[in-house]
Amino acid sequence: MRPAGRSETQSLYFTYPHFDPPQDRAGLSDAAPVAIVGAGPVGMTAALALAKHGVRSVLFDAKDTFNDGSRAICVARQSYHILEDIGAVDPFLEKSLPWTTGRTFYRGRQILEFDMPDSAREKYRPMYNIEQQYIEEYLWEAVVREPLIDMRWQSRVSGVEDADGAVILTIEDPLGTYRMQADWLLAADGARSAIRQMRGLRLRGENYEGRYVIADVQMDHDYPTIRRALFDPDCRRGGTILVHKQPDNIWRIDYQLHDDEDDAEAIREENVRQTVASVLQEIGHTGDWDLEWWSIYSANTLALDDYRDGRVFFIGDSAHIVPIFGVRGLNNGLADAHNIAWKLAFVMQGRAGAPLLDSYTPERRGATLDVFANASKSARFMTPPSPGWQLMRDAALNLALSHPFAGELANPRQMTPYTYADSPAVSADDPGFSGGPVPGAVLPEARVRDGFLTDLLGGGFTLLSFDEGLAQGVADLDLDVVVLDPGSEAAQVLAAGPHSAYLVRPDLHIAARWMRATPETLRAAYVRATAGESK
Amino acid sequence: MTPTEVETIYEALANRLDELGAEKRELYLAKLALLMAHELGDAPRALALIAEAAENLDV
Repeated sequence: MRPAGRSETQSLYFTYPHFDPPQDRAGLSDAAPVAIVGAGPVGMTAALALAKHGVRSVLFDAKDTFNDGSRAICVARQSYHILEDIGAVDPFLEKSLPWTTGRTFYRGRQILEFDMPDSAREKYRPMYNIEQQYIEEYLWEAVVREPLIDMRWQSRVSGVEDADGAVILTIEDPLGTYRMQADWLLAADGARSAIRQMRGLRLRGENYEGRYVIADVQMDHDYPTIRRALFDPDCRRGGTILVHKQPDNIWRIDYQLHDDEDDAEAIREENVRQTVASVLQEIGHTGDWDLEWWSIYSANTLALDDYRDGRVFFIGDSAHIVPIFGVRGLNNGLADAHNIAWKLAFVMQGRAGAPLLDSYTPERRGATLDVFANASKSARFMTPPSPGWQLMRDAALNLALSHPFAGELANPRQMTPYTYADSPAVSADDPGFSGGPVPGAVLPEARVRDGFLTDLLGGGFTLLSFDEGLAQGVADLDLDVVVLDPGSEAAQVLAAGPHSAYLVRPDLHIAARWMRATPETLRAAYVRATAGESK
Repeated sequence: MTPTEVETIYEALANRLDELGAEKRELYLAKLALLMAHELGDAPRALALIAEAAENLDV
C-alpha cells in the first residue's frame, strides 16, 4: 500500500513501465513447448533458464507492470550464481548492496554481531539487498533480449484442461479470449496461485506464527548495509523489528504486531507512520523521511504435497510459502525455476529420460521442508509461540547482555543451499573422500587461474576431473570436461586426489563424485543423473 | 560439594529470589538455568538435569 494520494505504482524511486497486451493477434493460439504463468522473478527466471537450454516458452502475466512494491529484498549468493547462469547478473551487481554482517540488539544494547561465511575464493557475497522492482526490471531486460521467450502482459490464464500429452490453456486479455496448447505448464503465479486453485490443490502446513508490517521509507540515514534486529526495543516493547538498507536510500522496516493488534488498524497509514517514526527514533534517525510503501504478512510454513500435477509444475510461492526470517522465499523460488528448467529442457530434447522430472519434487520440496525447520526455529525466537518459549527467549536475550554465548541463540543462521542427498537423480557418496561437498550439494566456489571454478562450467553437465585421461573413456557422453590441477585451490575445496572427479549438473549441484573415477562409474552416474538408459 | 556449601548456595538463592520479587523471579531462574548449564559444559548431563528437576512437582 502507498500513502493517500499516490497510486499503487507511484513510487518515490522507481518508474513503473506500462505493458500493453499482445497487439499482434496472429499466432496467439499456436502451440508452445512450455507455458509459464506469472512473470515475477521466478517465472522470468524459469523462462530465461529454459531459453538458455534452447527451449521456447510463452510467459503470461495478468498485470500491466511489475510488482506494486518491494516485497523480497534479500538475494542470496546462490541466486547470484543462477542469475549469472541465465545471463542477467550484471545489472544486479551494479545496483544491489552486498552484505555479510548482522547485528542484534536487546532493549537498545547490542548483544550479537555475526558474519555470514565469505572469503576471497567466493565469486559472490553471501547476501545482496535490492528492491523487488529492480529484480523484475533486470530480469525483464534479459527476457526482452531473448527471442525464445514470448511475453504476454495483461494476459490472465483462466482455464487449464488436460489433453493428450499436453495442457490446453484459456487466456483472457483486454482484446479477447483464446485457447492455446502447451506441452508443459509452469505455475509461477504466486502465493494465491490461480492455477493451483484450478487444479484443486491446496497448500498444507502451519498457518500462523506471528504477523509483521513491512514498510519501506526513503531517508538519508548513515549506517552500513548491516541487518539490524531489535528485540524488545523501547519503541515496541515485546516486539521484534528488522531494519535493512536497500539501494536508492530506501530502508526496510519490519515490525512485529502484538497479538491484540488488529490487521486493518495496523496497516492504516497514520498508524504505520506513527510506528515507523518511533522505530526511526529508536535507531537514532533524526532527519526527514518519506513513506514509500507498506504491506503486512504472517509467518506461514505452507507447501504442496507434490510440486508436480501431471504436466503442471509449481515453482516459487505457488508451491510453498515460508517465513521471511530465513530469506528463502524468493531465493528458493529462483532455485525451483532453475531446477525444473534444465530437467524439462533435457527431457524435451531427449537428453534425459522422462522420470528425471519426478526428481523435481523430492529435491525442491525437500529444500522447502529444510527451510521450514530452520525458519521455524528462527520464528520461535523472533515470535515465541507460548509462555515457555517466551520466557527462555527473554532469558537468553537478557543473559546475552553479559554473556555473549547466549547471544548466539539470536543468530538467524541464514542457510546455505539445500543438499539433494535423497534425490533419485543423485548418486551415493564415495566413502573414499574425507571432506569436500557431498553429492547433491551445490558446487563450492574456488579461484582457478584468473577466475573462478564456476566460470569453467559448460551449459549442460560438466565433468570436473583431476585426471586428464578420464575424459577419453566417456567422449560419447553429453558433457563438458574441465581438467583441474591436483595442487589447485579447487582440489583443496573439493578434497580431491590426482584421480578424483566430480559430475556437476546444469544447476550447479553435484550429481556424483569419485576419489578414483573410472569411465564405468562415471557412465553409471550420468545415466542416473539423467534418468537415462545405459549406453 | 560439602553439605555446608550446598546450604550456602541454598541460602543465597533464597535471599536473591526474595530480593528480586515475584515479577522478576521467573526470568531470573531461567537465566540462571541457562548460565549454569553452559558452565556445566556437558549437554547430555544438562538435559538429564532438566528432566530430573521436573520430577515430583505434583507431590
